[in-house]
Parts: sequence; structure tokens; C-alpha cells
Amino acid sequence: MKFINYLKDIHNVQIYPMITLLLFVTIFILATILVFSKSKKTIQEIKQLPLED
Amino acid sequence: MSLEKNQPSATTESSTLSHSANPGIQLETFYYDNKTVKLFAYATLFWGLVGMTAGLWAAFSIAYPQVNLGWAPTTFGRMRPVHTNAVIFAFVGNAIFCGVYYSLQRLCKARMWSDRLSKIHFWGWQALILLGAITLWAGFTQGKEYAELEWPLDIALTLLWVVFGANMLGTILKRRVQHLYVAIWFYIGTWVAVAMLHIVNSIAIPTSFLNSYSWYAGVQDALVQWWYGHNAVAFFLTTPFLGLMYYFVPKAANRPIYSYRWSIIHFWSLIFIYIWAGPHHLLYTALPEWAQGLGTVFSIMLIAPSWGGMLNGLLTLRGAWDRVREDATLKFMVVALTCYGMATFEGPMLSLKSVNAISHYTDWTIAHVHVGALGWNGFLAFAMLYWMMPKIFNTKLYSKKWANTHFWLGTLGIIFYVIPLYTAALTQSLMWKKFTPEGILQYQFMETVTTIQPMYVLRGIGGLLYISGLILMIVNLVKTVRSGKLVANEESQAAPLPKNYESHGKKEHWHRWIERRPVQLTVLSLIAVGIGGIAEMVPTFLVKSNIPTISSVKPYTPLELHGRNIYIREGCYTCHSQMIRPFRDEVARYGEYSKAGEFVYDHPFQWGSKRTGPDLARIGGKYPDSWHYNHMLDPTSMTSGSLMPSYPWLFTDRIDKTKTYSMIKAMKKLGVPYPAGYENEANKDIDKQAEKIKQSLAKDKIKVSKNDEIVALIAYLQRMGTDIKNEKKEGSALK
Repeated sequence: MKFINYLKDIHNVQIYPMITLLLFVTIFILATILVFSKSKKTIQEIKQLPLED
Repeated sequence: MSLEKNQPSATTESSTLSHSANPGIQLETFYYDNKTVKLFAYATLFWGLVGMTAGLWAAFSIAYPQVNLGWAPTTFGRMRPVHTNAVIFAFVGNAIFCGVYYSLQRLCKARMWSDRLSKIHFWGWQALILLGAITLWAGFTQGKEYAELEWPLDIALTLLWVVFGANMLGTILKRRVQHLYVAIWFYIGTWVAVAMLHIVNSIAIPTSFLNSYSWYAGVQDALVQWWYGHNAVAFFLTTPFLGLMYYFVPKAANRPIYSYRWSIIHFWSLIFIYIWAGPHHLLYTALPEWAQGLGTVFSIMLIAPSWGGMLNGLLTLRGAWDRVREDATLKFMVVALTCYGMATFEGPMLSLKSVNAISHYTDWTIAHVHVGALGWNGFLAFAMLYWMMPKIFNTKLYSKKWANTHFWLGTLGIIFYVIPLYTAALTQSLMWKKFTPEGILQYQFMETVTTIQPMYVLRGIGGLLYISGLILMIVNLVKTVRSGKLVANEESQAAPLPKNYESHGKKEHWHRWIERRPVQLTVLSLIAVGIGGIAEMVPTFLVKSNIPTISSVKPYTPLELHGRNIYIREGCYTCHSQMIRPFRDEVARYGEYSKAGEFVYDHPFQWGSKRTGPDLARIGGKYPDSWHYNHMLDPTSMTSGSLMPSYPWLFTDRIDKTKTYSMIKAMKKLGVPYPAGYENEANKDIDKQAEKIKQSLAKDKIKVSKNDEIVALIAYLQRMGTDIKNEKKEGSALK
């Protein structure tokens, strides 16, 4: 029961792990960019939200 | 619907905001709904006590089989699903809703969207739990761990989850705060993922009002189930509590979260990675290697976001450590976060194949899960309630001293719970694997159980300490509630969120994007959690055509199918596995290791996750029928010192042959190749096979009616794992 037995029937299977890896890396990079592109002021503002009653 | 709409005076009552940037903006007055929060808090305490008491019962019934009482509803096999479902869906579930209803309103500066939905959600959820407990005690179960509820209750749960989601999204959409704080992201992610997991895993074909067969079989069922099971931990026990942590830790410490940037990266990486890790529950099983590998890789990756989250919570307390010494709420939070860190480090370690080979099927899994459940979920829920209840009752906590005592009872309870189980796990696993110099297994299975029995008693004492703490908390909170008065509708004021930006040119787009953000967040979360699911599911569903077929594996006979229903009903899977891993000791003890092709007709699969008793995958033909008869009646008569309960009702209750038709019909719908029209003939075959078992028992001077349930159970037990033996007899090679 090797990996290949289960996957050889899927058309162009080699592309799947590549897509997954790329998606993960993309999401991770996007999240990081999104986070660091926010101004310090905005971050401070959001941080205070739970404390503003 | 909501109080805001019912009280026009409240919304019209407004004052002018003097902020220079927003001249002329009027403040709106609105009211937070604390009544629903209070109800969910009460439910958390009540069901916590019920669920943990069921757990304590189950714990002591392993140590002392007499505690099973010889009565079906109080046997371990039924008490355990009641315990797990009650603590997950009732205790933790109500705690989530309690915390979400409290924090979401305040983070959105808006009352919950609809009072009616809040009411339906609360009462519907309690009714569901009550019905769930009753049906599980009565033996109506789908036989899949943490997803045992039968199909009508599964549908009810789905509908109530939609009600919760609608109420939550409605509140977010009408909020008065532009930014969505990260806690809300976690709530949204939770909602999306739980909906997806529950629906996909619960698909089943009903055979009657309270019985059904899983849509999936064998290997596929196992993968779907553990994709669900693992992510039930991820998205029911972890992400919503992280949301609560991101709100309540800053509140209790009175300082903002250490790093908001971390929290966002924490969110996206956690929900993306978690969904892949399910297969680590199936290492060394008949699940394809590649899926096992994926499970391990993603489990290791999980350490990073999990520890990021834990450190973020703990570092929030920097500069407030002096208060941690005094304040029970903060103490509970610190231990909760520490336990979260320990459990999320231990989890990836357990998913390493070499560690898993030792830990799996032992009490290690139970200890691991309770570090998370008692430490992380329990303690964070307690912290939240200690902090929140005095606030909504406009009073002070009745006794800080009692809260501190609770903290120590709980902490000692966790320690006394987990240490004996770690000891038991290592001891038993090493004993299982021990060979004599002559190459024979050194210990009988029973010897390994007798050795660790004292550890089960100690574990029970740990549980007892933990529950004593909970009871003290309930008394403390009841006295707190009595000393105050519920602020059912708490007044607050905020400026409305500007909605129209038509005149702002370029800015319009940006603001509208923000407006839609909860919807976008929901969609993005679904994509993030969906990718892992799809990538694992698609090839797995193709496995069906790729599973090496074993020609001698045939569908169960109708009598065996009835027996299998009894096996599932009595929760045998909670103590016995049906999966022999390809290890020398397991093959020597139980027989040929299990093959994927053997389970193609198993709707649902019954591989199990714990061996309190031995594996049963090849029990068929190992003992005579009379052995099983006597063993089920009085296990100690066959195995001295056995901890298994006795099942006297199987000897008086009759096989319900009126159900055979719908059972066979459902199996045929699922693709099990019974001959055409067999559903009408099946009962004749039941009689024939039962007669044979009756005769075989008669030879050993045992008289039975062939309609007794025990006959069906014996038929099933004697069938298990024998198909491959037949194959060998026929001389054809296994593929």
C-alpha cells in the first residue's frame, strides 16, 4: 500500500501537493503582510477594544 | 425582536459626541443582553457537574467493575459517550456560548441581533443535550467517537448551529465598531469549521427513527471520523476558547493583549494547519501511508501557532504577575494557558510514529486529552465565570478564599488525574511489547490490566478532587448571585458606524470592504479549513477503487449485522480496538495485522482508540461459542480479574427481527452487495444461523432461545477477522 497506488489514478496528481504548499505559503505570507502593513496606531486602537466598556 | 427595536426611546435617546473629528455624531444608547449570558452560565455549571460526574462514574467503573451495576445505562460503554458528549457539547458548548454572547456584544457595541434567536438557541441547545444524554444512555448511538448522537439529533444540532451563526453574524453586521477584534475572528472560524465537520461526518442512512448506518465504510469512515474527531478538539475545544482568551485575559489583567499582530498570524496559521492533522489518530493502521504522513507533518507544524498563542496570552500578564498571586481568576488563566501549551506540545509529539507506537491505545491518550480538557477548557471557563458573574450581577464575588481553594483543588485534581494515567500508559505499553528470551510474549493481556488497576483508582481520586472544586465554585457563585441583582439589560452608549460613503470618492471602496469584512472573513475561513479537508478527502474517496480487494471478504450475515448493532449499542468500541497494527507483539498477541480491504462493509468502522480490553479484530473462532456466552454473562468466570462489565440483559432481550428489512435495505443503498430482494429473505437466514449457535451452545449444556440478543452478538464476534483466515484456507494469496 504505497502512496503511489492511491494517487496514480488521479490525473496530474503531482500538481496537488504543489498547489497545497503554494496555498499555504501564500496565505501565510499574505497574513504576515496584512498584519505588518497595518499602522501602529491602528494596532493600538484595535488592541484597546476589549478594554473599552 | 431585540430590545433596541422594542424600545424606540432607547435608540432615540442620544447625545452629541463632542469629538472634534466627528462633530455632530450622536451617541446611541443600547442595552447588552445579560440574561442570555446568565442562562448559558448556569447551563455551563449544571452540565459541567453532570458531565464530569458521568466521567467520574466511568472512571471508577473501570477500576471497580461492580460500579457498572449490571444495568445497561450505567455500564462504561454507555456512560463514556454520555461523559464525552456532555463535557464537550454541554459544558464546553455552553461556556463558549456564554463567553461569546458576553464578549461579542461588547466588542461590537451592540445587543445580540435577535432576542428570539438567543432564546431559541439557548433552550434548543439544552433540549438537544437532554435528549442526547437520554438517547445515549438508552443505547441509541452512531458508534463514532464524539459524534455518537443519532441522526435526528444531528439535524437538530445543525439547525441550532445555524441559529447561533445567524445571531452572531447579525450582531457583527449591525455593530458600532469598525474593527473586528481578533476574538471575533476566532468565533467566525469556529462556526464555519464546526458546521463543515459536523455535516460531513454525520452523513448516514437511517434505518429507523433512532438508528442509522454511516455513509462511509472502513478506511474512509475512519479518516472522515478522525478528521472530524481531531478537529472537534481544534474547533470546538480550542479556537472558540482562544477567542475567549483573547477577550477575557486582557479584561481580567486590565491590559491589552501582548501582540495583536501575533494574534492574527496565530488565527490564520492555526485554522489552516489544524484541519490537516486528523490522520495522526490513525498511525500504523490500515489508512494509506501518505495520509498518515500528512497528519504527522501538519501536527508538528501546529506547535508554532499554538505556542505563539500561548505566549501571547501569558505575556499579556507581564507586569501583572504580582496580581496573579492574589487573584484566583488570573491564576486559573495562567494554568489554563500553561495546560494549553503542554497539550499542544504533547499532541505533536504523540503524532510522531515512534512515540505513537507506544502511546496509542493506552491511557496516554486519555491523560493528554484531560490536560487540555481539565486544564485549558475547564480552567479558562472557571476564570471567565469568576470574572463575569459578579459583573453581570453588579456585585462582588462572595468568597475569594473559596475561589483560591477551588484553584488548588482543581490543580491538584489535574495532577492526580494525569500522572497515574501516564504511569499506567507507559507501564502497560511496555508490558504489551515485552517478549521472553524464548521469543514468547511475556505477559497475558489481563496481567497488564491488573498491574495498572491501582492507577485507575488514583485517577478517579484526581477526578473527585477536580469535581469538589467545581462544586465549591457553584456554591460560591450561587452566593454571589444571591448577593446581587442581575443587570438583565445593561445600558451602554456608542456612536453608530457610518454606513454611506458615497461622497468620499476613493474612500468609499475601502470602507465598504470593511463593512463586508465579516462575510469575507467567513468565506476565507471556509476556504482555509476546506483546503485541508478536500486534499485529504479526495484521494481517500478514490481509495474505494484502489483498496486491495480481498475476495473472501463478504458482507455480514443478517444475524451478524444484528450482533454488530448490539456491539455498537453497548459501546464496545470504547474499550476494544479492531485494528491490529503491524508490530511483532500485536501480531503475536492478536494475529495477522489488519488490512484496509477487510473493512469495506463496516458501516460504521469500529477500529476504536483505546484498549482497556484486548483488540478484537481477530477474535472470531478464537474461543468456542460457550466461552463468549459465559464471558458476557460473567467476564470473571472466563478471565480471572477481568474489569469488563457483565451484560445480563443480552440474555433476556430479544433480537428485533422487524428491523432486519430496513437494515439490509440501508446496507444495499450503501453499496453492500446483498442479492436482489434479500431484505425479504434475511430473517430466514437469521433463524438458520441462530439455530446453529443454539446447537453449539447446547453441546456445552447451555440452553438459549435462538432469538436472544446474545446469540446475535456471538454470531458477530465469531465472524470478526475470519474472512482472511478463509482466504488462507482457500490458498489464494492476499494482494
